[in-house]
Amino acid sequence: MTANEVRLCGLLLREHFGEVVEKVGTHLLRNGAQNLRTIVHETGLPLDQVKKSLCVLMQQGACTFFSGRKGPGSPAEYCANGDRILRILRYPRYIYTAKTLYGDTGELIIEELLQRGHLTMSETVKTVADRLTQNMEEGRSMDYSEVSSAFSKLVETHFLQRCPPVGAEKKTASSDNPTAPVVTGPPSAESFPECYTVPHVKLFGRGKRPLVTEEGEEQRNAKKPKLDTETHGDEGIYWQVNFERFHLHFRDQTIVSAVANKLDQTSSEIVRTMLRMSEVTTSPLATCTKPLSANEIFRSLPSSYNIQRQILDQYLSLLVDDPMEFVGKAGESGGGMFVVNLHRALANLARATLESVVQERFGSRSARIFRLLLRTRHLEQKQVEDFAMIPAKEAKDMLYTLLSENLVQLQEVPKTPDYAPSRTFYLYTVNQLPTARMLLQNCYKSVGNLIERRLFETKESKRLLEKSQRIEAILASLQASGAEPEQLTEVEEMITAPEKQQLDSLRIHVNKLDSAENQVDETIFLLESYIFSTATST
Amino acid sequence: MAGKGRGVAAFTFNIEALGISRGSMPEARVGPSPLFPHTDYKPVPLKDGEDDTYMLALKQEMRGAMQQRPHNIKPLSKKAEVERYTERYLKKIKVDDDQWTPDWNLFPKELMPQKKKTRPKSTAKMKAVKITTKDTEAVLTKLDELAKKDEGTTENSDDEKEKKENEEEELEEEGLDEEDIEEDNDYIESYFDNGEDFAADSDDNMDGEATY
Repeated sequence: MTANEVRLCGLLLREHFGEVVEKVGTHLLRNGAQNLRTIVHETGLPLDQVKKSLCVLMQQGACTFFSGRKGPGSPAEYCANGDRILRILRYPRYIYTAKTLYGDTGELIIEELLQRGHLTMSETVKTVADRLTQNMEEGRSMDYSEVSSAFSKLVETHFLQRCPPVGAEKKTASSDNPTAPVVTGPPSAESFPECYTVPHVKLFGRGKRPLVTEEGEEQRNAKKPKLDTETHGDEGIYWQVNFERFHLHFRDQTIVSAVANKLDQTSSEIVRTMLRMSEVTTSPLATCTKPLSANEIFRSLPSSYNIQRQILDQYLSLLVDDPMEFVGKAGESGGGMFVVNLHRALANLARATLESVVQERFGSRSARIFRLLLRTRHLEQKQVEDFAMIPAKEAKDMLYTLLSENLVQLQEVPKTPDYAPSRTFYLYTVNQLPTARMLLQNCYKSVGNLIERRLFETKESKRLLEKSQRIEAILASLQASGAEPEQLTEVEEMITAPEKQQLDSLRIHVNKLDSAENQVDETIFLLESYIFSTATST
Repeated sequence: MAGKGRGVAAFTFNIEALGISRGSMPEARVGPSPLFPHTDYKPVPLKDGEDDTYMLALKQEMRGAMQQRPHNIKPLSKKAEVERYTERYLKKIKVDDDQWTPDWNLFPKELMPQKKKTRPKSTAKMKAVKITTKDTEAVLTKLDELAKKDEGTTENSDDEKEKKENEEEELEEEGLDEEDIEEDNDYIESYFDNGEDFAADSDDNMDGEATY
C-alpha cells in the first residue's frame, strides 16, 4: 500500500472506530502480517486494547488471520486488508443504491450490515424491523416477514453473501500437544458453495417500539441481563455485504449515464436493457457481455419505449459507430449480434476523466495537446506545435508544465550509440495506465486532505459546538416538560448572533468538505475499476 | 570543471534540439515553493443534486452512529478529577449492547479476554489502573498460560480492573518469591574461581607464556 493509501486508511479508521483501532490498523498495514505479541510490543498499546481492536477489525472484515508461517503450532498472524478499509468511503453510495433498488427496507438492511460488519439474518431482521417501526406512526409496526422477504431478494440478486466458515478446528494429527489449536485462515467468500442460499429461519413477530422511559429506569434496565435467548435456527450463519456486486452495478450505471450524456435517452435505455439481460450470464471479469441478437433486445425493451424495429436497428448501428465503443457488433445472425464492451468502455471513461483533469487544471489548450498525445503515440516538439495548431512559444510552455507535473513523458530515441543530444530524437508521449495510477494516488491524497481539513475545522470550533449541543439539550428537555415560548426564546438567545453565524458557516464548510469526499470517491471508483480491469486482462 | 568561470551557463548538449533557447529559461528559484500556489483555473463547483444531498446526509449520520457504537474504542484516559460542567448537559446516547461480544467460533481463541478469577482478598479499589511495563510483561506471560484454557467470559470493565489489580498483586507476590529463591543463585557456580585451578595451570606452563 502506498503512503497516501495508508494515511487515508488511518484517517477513516480514526473517524469510525477510534484512535486505538487506527493505531493497530495502520501498524498492520505498514508492516504486513504479524502475530499478537509483536503488535503489542511495537505499538506500545495495552494487550486488551490490541485484542479488542483486532476483534473489531475482523468483525468488519478489514483484518484476517491465518496460521503462522513458522509451521503448525506457531501463533496466528494477523493481516490487515487496506482495500476493505478504503471501501468505507463508499458506504453512502451503497446505502443509496440499495434504497433506489429495494426501498427503505433494503436501505436499512444494508446500513445495519455495513455498520456491524457481519450479522445473522435473524438479528438483522429484528433490528431493521425495530428501526422501521420507530419511524412509523403510532399503532403500526413492521412485520418481520416483510423484512425477511427484502433480505431474501437482496441475497437472490447477490448483493448479500454469506461469510465463509473459518476452519479453526483443533487438529491433533500433526502436533503432540493436543491442546494447541491449528488455526487455518478463512477461504475466500466465493469458494463457499452455499454462498447465496438463505437458511430456513423461523422468524415470526413484529417490530417493537422502544419504550420511552426516564433516565433512572433506563439505567436499571441496562443492568438487567438480556433474557432474549430465543434461537431462530440460523446460529453461526453470518451475512456480509457483497461489494463486488455493488461495483458491477455502479459500473453499469456509469456506462448507461455516459451513453445518455453522449447520445440520447433512448440509446441509454437500449444499453440498459442489454446490460440487464446479461447480468446473470456475464462473469465479473468479462471483457464484454455475451452477444445478444437484435431480436432479443427488441423483445426485452421496456414497454414504455415502443419504438419500431427499424429505429432500434438505426440506434444500434449508431452505438456501434460511436468512437467511445460502448457497443460492438459480434456477428450478423438474428438481425445482428451485439455486445457491450465493458473493458473498453471503462478505458474510454478513464481517458475522458484524465482529459478533463488536464483541462480543469491547465486550460483547454493544454488539454488539446494532451488529447493529441493520447491518440498519436509519440510526437516531436515541432510536430506537437503543428498538429495542435498552437503557436510555438505557448506550446513549449504548456508542454513543459505538463512534463513537470509528470502527465507527459519524454522518450529519447538515439540515432547514434552514444546518446549525443544533437543526434537524438526527443519524443513526447502519454501512457494512459501509469497516468491513471498517478491520478488515483492524487485522489487518495486529496480525500486525506479533505478529511484532515474537516477535523481541523471542527476542532477549531469545538467549544462553540459543545455550547450549541448543550443549548439543544436544554431546549429539548424544556420542550419535553412543556415550557412557555418565552422560556424557549430566552434559551435560544443564549447563542449570540455572531456565534450563530459562525456555526452556520462551519456547517456549510463541513457539508462542502463531506460532499467533496463523496464526489472524489466517484472518480476513485472509476479509476480503480479501469486499472483493475486493464491489469487483469493484460 | 572545464569552462568554470568562462562559459558559466554552458550546456553540454545542443539546446536547439529540445526547442528551448537561452533566453526563455524561467528565473532561478529562490526558496521553497509556496504552500498554496496561485492557480489560474478555479475548480468546478460541486454537484448539488438531490441524491448528492441525500448521500451527504447518509454519510454524516453513519459517522455519528459509528462513533456511538461499542466498536469505537476510546484510548485509556484518566478520569478527570473535577467533573466538567459540560458533561452534565451533554447527553451521551449509549447503545443497548454496550458490551459487544464477537462470536468466538470465528476468531482465534487468543483474542478472548482473560478468565475471571475470584480471589479471597479482593479489594475494590476504583483508582485508575496504570499498568507499568514490568507488570505488562508479567501479565502477558500469565495471559499466554490462560489462553490455553478454554473459557472466556465477558465481564464489566469494573471487574476487569479489579481482576487486573488482583493479578498484579498476585504476580508481585510470585515475582518476589522467585526473586527470593533465585537470590542465592545469582552467580553461577562456575564463575567462582577459588584459585586452585589457576595454580595448577601455571605449574604446567612454566615456559613464560602468558595466560590470558
